[in-house]
Amino acid sequence: MPVTSERLLEVSDLQVEFRTRDGVARVLNGVDYSVDAGETLAVLGESGSGKSVTASTIMGILDTPPGLVTGGSVRYRGEELLTATPQRRRELRGEHMAMIFQDALSALNPVYTVGFQIAEQLRTRRGMDRRAARRRAVELLDMVGIPAAKDRVRDHPHQFSGGMRQRVMIAMALALDPDVLIADEPTTALDVTVQAQIMDLLADIQAERHMGLILITHDLGVVAEVADRIAVMYAGRIVENADVGSLYAKPCHPYTLALLESIPRVDSKGTELTVIKGLPPNLTAIPPGCPFHPRCPMAVDRCHQVVPPLEPLPDDRSSACLFAKELVSR
Amino acid sequence: MTLLLEVEDLVKHFPVQLGIVFKRTVGHVRAVDGVSFDLHRGETLGVVGESGCGKSTLAQVLMRLEPPTSGRVRFHGEDIFAKRGRALKALRRSIQLVLQDPYTSLNPRMTVGDIVGEPFEIHPEVAPKGERRRKVQDLLDVVGLNPEHINRYPHQFSGGQRQRIGIARALALRPEVIVCDEPVSALDVSIQAQVMNLLGDLQREFGLSYLFIAHDLSVVRHLSDRVAVMYLGKIVEIGSEAEIYSRPSHPYTQALLSAVPVPDPTMRSRRDRIRLSGDVPSPVDPPSGCRFRTRCWKATELCADAEPALVSRRGGHHPSACHHAEEQHVVAG
Repeated sequence: MPVTSERLLEVSDLQVEFRTRDGVARVLNGVDYSVDAGETLAVLGESGSGKSVTASTIMGILDTPPGLVTGGSVRYRGEELLTATPQRRRELRGEHMAMIFQDALSALNPVYTVGFQIAEQLRTRRGMDRRAARRRAVELLDMVGIPAAKDRVRDHPHQFSGGMRQRVMIAMALALDPDVLIADEPTTALDVTVQAQIMDLLADIQAERHMGLILITHDLGVVAEVADRIAVMYAGRIVENADVGSLYAKPCHPYTLALLESIPRVDSKGTELTVIKGLPPNLTAIPPGCPFHPRCPMAVDRCHQVVPPLEPLPDDRSSACLFAKELVSR
Repeated sequence: MTLLLEVEDLVKHFPVQLGIVFKRTVGHVRAVDGVSFDLHRGETLGVVGESGCGKSTLAQVLMRLEPPTSGRVRFHGEDIFAKRGRALKALRRSIQLVLQDPYTSLNPRMTVGDIVGEPFEIHPEVAPKGERRRKVQDLLDVVGLNPEHINRYPHQFSGGQRQRIGIARALALRPEVIVCDEPVSALDVSIQAQVMNLLGDLQREFGLSYLFIAHDLSVVRHLSDRVAVMYLGKIVEIGSEAEIYSRPSHPYTQALLSAVPVPDPTMRSRRDRIRLSGDVPSPVDPPSGCRFRTRCWKATELCADAEPALVSRRGGHHPSACHHAEEQHVVAG
């Protein structure tokens, strides 16, 4: 494997289409982001913004068809993944990058014990014998905070509670020591007290192993608590990318600004919420120009014509808005 | 303020049965286990709690979709469970329901006009036949939908618009109380605010009372005048919005509030977090005494022996079901 000073994982200008009966849905229209070792990148967006499709493309588990990668690149330590052989991608999955999903009950196989499912990859990839793999599975379950791991290793997924199942999936993802972990809405289905436990666990593991963590979520609260950097997605594009402090202190894209103003907060009682009018665009008919312009309070005529590129701003941040410079110097 | 709804020691147990031909009852899921509260006209009472705490069962019993095991609910002073026939039909007009999932709570084979107008079929006295179409269009207008879309089907609308259809249907009979069971949980962030503002506007316009059930504490704080916190079928703390959020006195409320992520990265280090260990125990076999004691850091022997009543104690000014209740500031603001 070539060792270079490249970023751990870098996605640039990624484009993905879905060919559907209703026409071509342009799901990703040039996604750029990167993550370094020990860094937590939060990918924030509403449903349909393309955050999960980006993750599936990185992992090489995008369903093709209907999905089709039409351009761009995904590099892991400088190595291009989109043109890599299926065999090479298989080597990278699990060993170097792993993913955890929102719904652990459907991500785990209901007919095998959790111990078997964790041990399976250790046996096929590491050539461990049954007993050693089982022992390692117990260690992993113990590490993710499952009480009485030694007994629970023989249980099936349905015997665990929602939070415990999520822990099992985290244990499985960590079995082969990946250095990139993609967590796709890992706590969305969980109750708030359990969500806090799982986010703490992910943060601890990430710090301990110095992993790059890509956290996909729509929850602005979760992001504020754990992320280092944030990439905000809208209609298959990154519209803003900044470190967590500056993004919340001074959003430089009207969409981010509107999102932050539209959420109710537990620490204050507001009166009326500021509403983002309209709906996210239909991906088979994305409006010309900036995709956010029909909903944007700042839109001018030029926004209907040009697609604003993701341009760098001071403080190592970037925004895809014609008014980014005005917004940053507010 | 007029008292509309009085709930007194409401209990709903579901039997747990084993066997295929000869069923025997091996226990009970104590979904709602002695809940009491009042609801006044024009008021929003928020009910928060984690999944399995009984908040949706509470909604179903109040709607008379499930018979209660015991307890009483009075609406305008009259027992709702004693009502039959015509009186029950009149009651159903006054209490309506908005459900969580706008994808499954609308019939896909009916047009929007039929869905919103269906309540008039059952209660023809509200709108004579000739006026229905216009009434439905008025309702669509009230909830912010285009009245010309009356002949469309639910799949032609987005999630937020579908939730508006559900709200229009609930409004059709001019109810006094609307029970909202997680009305915004299935919606996207940018759409949530639209629906929450709509609910607020409708309340002011029609003088509605809401029983607002949700697991999202931020959403509940935004809309509620008073808040009840539920844990394993019981209300553990009830009080005004300010009392619950600024001066919570039950350890569970404190833990719940401290677990909610705040969208402000500068608060990261400043917040004292309370982290609960473990999961909610099974409602089939809840712990003795205080139900929260297995996860509580304040638990003593007293908590295992005696169940704490929901009363105001010296440690707080609003009712809290904890022997060791003590007001504590958990979230800023």
